[in-house]
Amino acid sequence: MIRIEPRAATSKTFSIGVPVLSALIALGFAAIPLMAAGANPITAYGEMFKGVFGSVFSITEMLTRATPLIFTGLAAALAFRAKLWNIGGEGQLYLGAMAAVAIGSGVLDISGVLLIPIIILLGAAAGAAGMAAPTYLKIRFGADEVVTTLLLNFIILIFVQMMLEGPLQDPMGLGWPQSAPVLDQGMLPPLMDRMRVHSGLILAVVLAVIAQFMLARSVWGFKLRAVGENAAAARHAGINVKRSLYGVAIISGGLAGLAGVSEVAGLKGYLTADLSPGFGYTGIVVAMLAGLSPIGVVIAALFIASVFVGADGMSRAMGVSSFLADLVVSVSLLCVLVGGFIAKYRIVRSEKAGSAT
Amino acid sequence: MTDLLNILISESFWAASLRIATPLIFGVLGALLCERAGVLNLGIEGIFVVGAMCGWMAVWLGAGLWGGVLVAACAGAIFGLLHAILTVPLGLSQHVSGLGITLFATSASYFTYRTALPNVSSPPRIEPFQALDIPVLSDLPFLGPVLFQQTALTWLALLMVLLVWYVLQRTGLGVAIKAVGDNPDSVDAQGLSVYGLRMGAIVAGSALMALGGAFLTMSAFDAFFFGMVNGRGWVCIALVIFAGWQPGKALFGAVLFGAFDALQVRLQTEMGALVPGQIFLMAPYILSIIALVIAARSVDYPRALLTPWFKGQR
Repeated sequence: MIRIEPRAATSKTFSIGVPVLSALIALGFAAIPLMAAGANPITAYGEMFKGVFGSVFSITEMLTRATPLIFTGLAAALAFRAKLWNIGGEGQLYLGAMAAVAIGSGVLDISGVLLIPIIILLGAAAGAAGMAAPTYLKIRFGADEVVTTLLLNFIILIFVQMMLEGPLQDPMGLGWPQSAPVLDQGMLPPLMDRMRVHSGLILAVVLAVIAQFMLARSVWGFKLRAVGENAAAARHAGINVKRSLYGVAIISGGLAGLAGVSEVAGLKGYLTADLSPGFGYTGIVVAMLAGLSPIGVVIAALFIASVFVGADGMSRAMGVSSFLADLVVSVSLLCVLVGGFIAKYRIVRSEKAGSAT
Repeated sequence: MTDLLNILISESFWAASLRIATPLIFGVLGALLCERAGVLNLGIEGIFVVGAMCGWMAVWLGAGLWGGVLVAACAGAIFGLLHAILTVPLGLSQHVSGLGITLFATSASYFTYRTALPNVSSPPRIEPFQALDIPVLSDLPFLGPVLFQQTALTWLALLMVLLVWYVLQRTGLGVAIKAVGDNPDSVDAQGLSVYGLRMGAIVAGSALMALGGAFLTMSAFDAFFFGMVNGRGWVCIALVIFAGWQPGKALFGAVLFGAFDALQVRLQTEMGALVPGQIFLMAPYILSIIALVIAARSVDYPRALLTPWFKGQR
């Protein structure tokens, strides 16, 4: 008789080994669709590797791609720690981006030293509001935040389209649904000449380090983890659960909003309705691969960004659809889920059926 | 005001409402079945995509319309089985597994479509289901155009409402499915398989969801587009709660939703000059949230929803 029982403690080996193995298995799995598409997997992996690490430019492209994923990954990781299921990162990203172009494209023509912090704060506030609202609906009415945040993603995207054909439309844009560009002094400075990688990356990594520290060492982090592990017990211990939830909702939404700020004010310069190819959703995968650890989010975001940039390069070279990257990313999520099971439980073979140990 | 009344009593309006409701009826029934057995299936959005793509592709490859329906249902069932394995015997997070299934199913569908059709700008079309023009009945005033000029898939959806209702309310299997979502220990104590019942419900529910997707490519439209599901799956998850996990109310909720959607399209053409069209496009999603807020406190959730159950562990 085979039984499943929890392990006494999850070891460090598992908490690092599971995500790494999951990533490798997902990459290995990609051989199946590659062969189905008529490509030689070995050549394809080679092209993917070259697409990421083949030149300084390609590495900076990978870092550029990782930047929004660190923000959305942190947004998901912190909320999930408190069992607040923020699936609305995509919408909150657009709210942050909208706030950035609303304030940054000429309303305030002031020095960058002031303008950049204002853009960042306002973008974060917009994202935070985007998560505070569903959290209110959850706490006040019991409306499941998974469904409300998912639906809000669609509402916000349509709202963005409406704004881009209305108040936010660039008057010089020949009628295209795009916003006016962020003023030059409002743009996050680039990190290298002639490359797209920008200082949003520094902001993302710094926030990840702060989040790691706060989560592990602060009273706030302790309360957050307590609420996530057992809300009833946390309440019994005198923790204000609602306040903790609102707190993490605001931080999570704010981080997702910053992803939008960083894409608009760091990379694109203006807002279009196709700003994000699903960074909000991919952030969830990043957070899960990271085991919900903020520093892990940085590493997982680098991996996922490599998959996307590598698949783009491979696609250009070999003509295999770059949807391959999305496949690898989703399979890695499923693998890390199963890996989490293996890390948490072990399979025990007992002599007699139903015998107590 | 009279304009609004004229819309509300027109046959074409209600015919459109039922047409728009059809994929939602499949989706809500599917989600309802999974949740009644105690498992949330957020794979629904991706399973819609799989159903839409596989059904369409099967027809395009020459399987015939009903062959396409079958292929779509089987494809949905396969992804449902994956979700079932992850959430039932392994007891993993239903939220994360469901989202993972949605991402996996969506990307697998898109990759397959792109690989099969690498360089097409306008997607190839199929000959979709036609309205079932039933002689005599179709000529009935009002009911005729609303009911008897729908396609066979809409009829299948209505039939499924009856079937799911019958199974849940009138059969031993239904009692067991509901019990496994409320109190799995009691089911186990009776010697029934908790795993089997839950997994079976998820697989069947996922097949229903895929039919909702198939309706999109095989009846509502005649081709497959990226992004065509557009949140319909998530709307279904909200509608299940609104319907209080009752098949009859699920039908009502889906048709009500379809009516609002049909109304916004008509209002958009009438008032398009006054209000930006996007206001109307947003309306269905906002309505879903409102429905959720209204219903959330008052309904009886299946008591074991989201709670994994392991054999031999109390």
